[in-house]
Amino acid sequence: MNGRSGVLAVRGPVAPRRLRLPAWRSHLHGSDLIYSILFIVPYATLFVAFVIYPIAYAIWMGSNPALYAELLSDPRYVRAAINTVLFVGLAVNLQMILALLLSGFFMRRRRWIRALLVVYILPWTLPAVPAYLSFHWMFVAYPQGLPNNLLEALFGIEGPFWFDQKWLALGCNIVAHTWKWMPLWTLVLLGGRMSIPQDLYDAADVDGASPYQRFAYITVPLLANLYLISTLVSTIWTFGDYAPVLFVSGGAPAFGSEVVSTLGFHYALDYANPPLGVAAGLSVLPLLIPAVILLMYRLKRTEVQL
Amino acid sequence: MKEAAALAFAVVLLIWTLAPIYNMVMVSLDSKGDVFSNDIWPPHPSLDSFWIVLSEGYWYLQYFWQQFGNSIYIGAATTFLTLLIGSLASFSIGRMRLKYGWLVSNAALLTYAIPASFLAIPFYSIMLKYGLANNLWSVIFAEVTFATPYAIFIFQQYAVSIPIELDDAARIDGASPIQVYLRIYLPLMAPALVAVGTYALLLAWNEYLYQFMLLSSQRSMTVPVALAQFLNSDEAPWNYMMATAIIYAIPPVAIYYAFRRRMTAGLTMGGVKG
Repeated sequence: MNGRSGVLAVRGPVAPRRLRLPAWRSHLHGSDLIYSILFIVPYATLFVAFVIYPIAYAIWMGSNPALYAELLSDPRYVRAAINTVLFVGLAVNLQMILALLLSGFFMRRRRWIRALLVVYILPWTLPAVPAYLSFHWMFVAYPQGLPNNLLEALFGIEGPFWFDQKWLALGCNIVAHTWKWMPLWTLVLLGGRMSIPQDLYDAADVDGASPYQRFAYITVPLLANLYLISTLVSTIWTFGDYAPVLFVSGGAPAFGSEVVSTLGFHYALDYANPPLGVAAGLSVLPLLIPAVILLMYRLKRTEVQL
Repeated sequence: MKEAAALAFAVVLLIWTLAPIYNMVMVSLDSKGDVFSNDIWPPHPSLDSFWIVLSEGYWYLQYFWQQFGNSIYIGAATTFLTLLIGSLASFSIGRMRLKYGWLVSNAALLTYAIPASFLAIPFYSIMLKYGLANNLWSVIFAEVTFATPYAIFIFQQYAVSIPIELDDAARIDGASPIQVYLRIYLPLMAPALVAVGTYALLLAWNEYLYQFMLLSSQRSMTVPVALAQFLNSDEAPWNYMMATAIIYAIPPVAIYYAFRRRMTAGLTMGGVKG
């Protein structure tokens, strides 16, 4: 058994689907061809008008090399670029590792664990703006927000003013983002774990495997591909996710926790310089495009879905 | 012992999950909208702020119902168009085996290569050109654009489990492609349609940036845009804001829990199907 071919490899070869002969192609001509083209026209129109055109427009707006020189000479941009890498790297890995462990916890067959799962999904279903605003109020109210009141009540320490230091503010944004998205990835990985046949674990038990060995030699290899795909998708989404920064810390203190996507709006809206805002967005593409290509390649090879 | 550890962990998880929600409820119940307090529970809880929101009794909330209606309109139209355009496209690519159709489904994934937020500025300029500025449809097009690639992807995956022989049999009996689409494809795809529909609705309900950029007047804006306006004003009463936030959060949560089983099936289909 080879873990690289994904979760479903355990169910036998995936190949038949690809080999199946096209059913209609032999007679896909005349009116059928017209129908099949007609069916694709709405999406093709949408794609050209609202994906290709804006992307081309963005590239055209951000094509002046002087814009990038201007970005690099702006300390706010450099700060935001570092913050973006930290925010994406920390938030994505933190929530994926926790989701992997939590999905194991939710595999227990207990009634109350099922009930807990239902509550645990709640953050993902809540709209982003209300959820992040709640985090904003919790952290901004100094010295009496909910976290600070808890710190005082439980440990007797006076909490900090969370948005006073850029590291704390960045941390608050990461916590809020993790709170919102970790349930989704837990659910996805839980689905992956449930598709691993119980026989494998039973066989391991017969062989006297420890829980750690079951995890390391069965769960990890069989879940690796799904985990990688989920991490890539999460990375791509988080790069563009402006909401935690915009609503939780608001970029405080003084652009200290800003990321590239929010700084882009400030350039475009507050400083009335849309091309610079677009250039800021385009400047992270060298990091993003490899992730997208890797994702496409991975999706092509497996049947795993989100 | 093991059970006790699991229970303790569950309590921590429950607190983590519910703390921000509890905070919302607490602030919204506070009669003075005072978040600077040492209390874990408001001393004089009241539902006044909810009443004020529902009766549009504060100048910031003057158009609350209009704005809520806009959110519903955008959500419903996005859901419908995503399902329609996505299912037509995946029917053509997956069932009719349109030549080079795979190119379309791969190109669709390219939509995610540049995050939506980076495209907002050019998108805004383009909407001005199309004459759709400050029009709900500009937002609907944006949401549909970002929801459809996922829809096509899920539909294609799910359709593999429906035998293509059904289509062939219907064709031999003289059904047109439209009839096959309506009578065979759509009914059998129902679980995937529910999952993707819920996804599209949640996406439209979650989205803020495009709604903020494309809708500027009080009457055309949506609830999240109005909420963010509160944030930017210095004297906004926070209890009204949180009450608005809670009311806005109820529909997606209710819909998710109503379709939870289908939705979870959609999310984990890849793992479950043989």
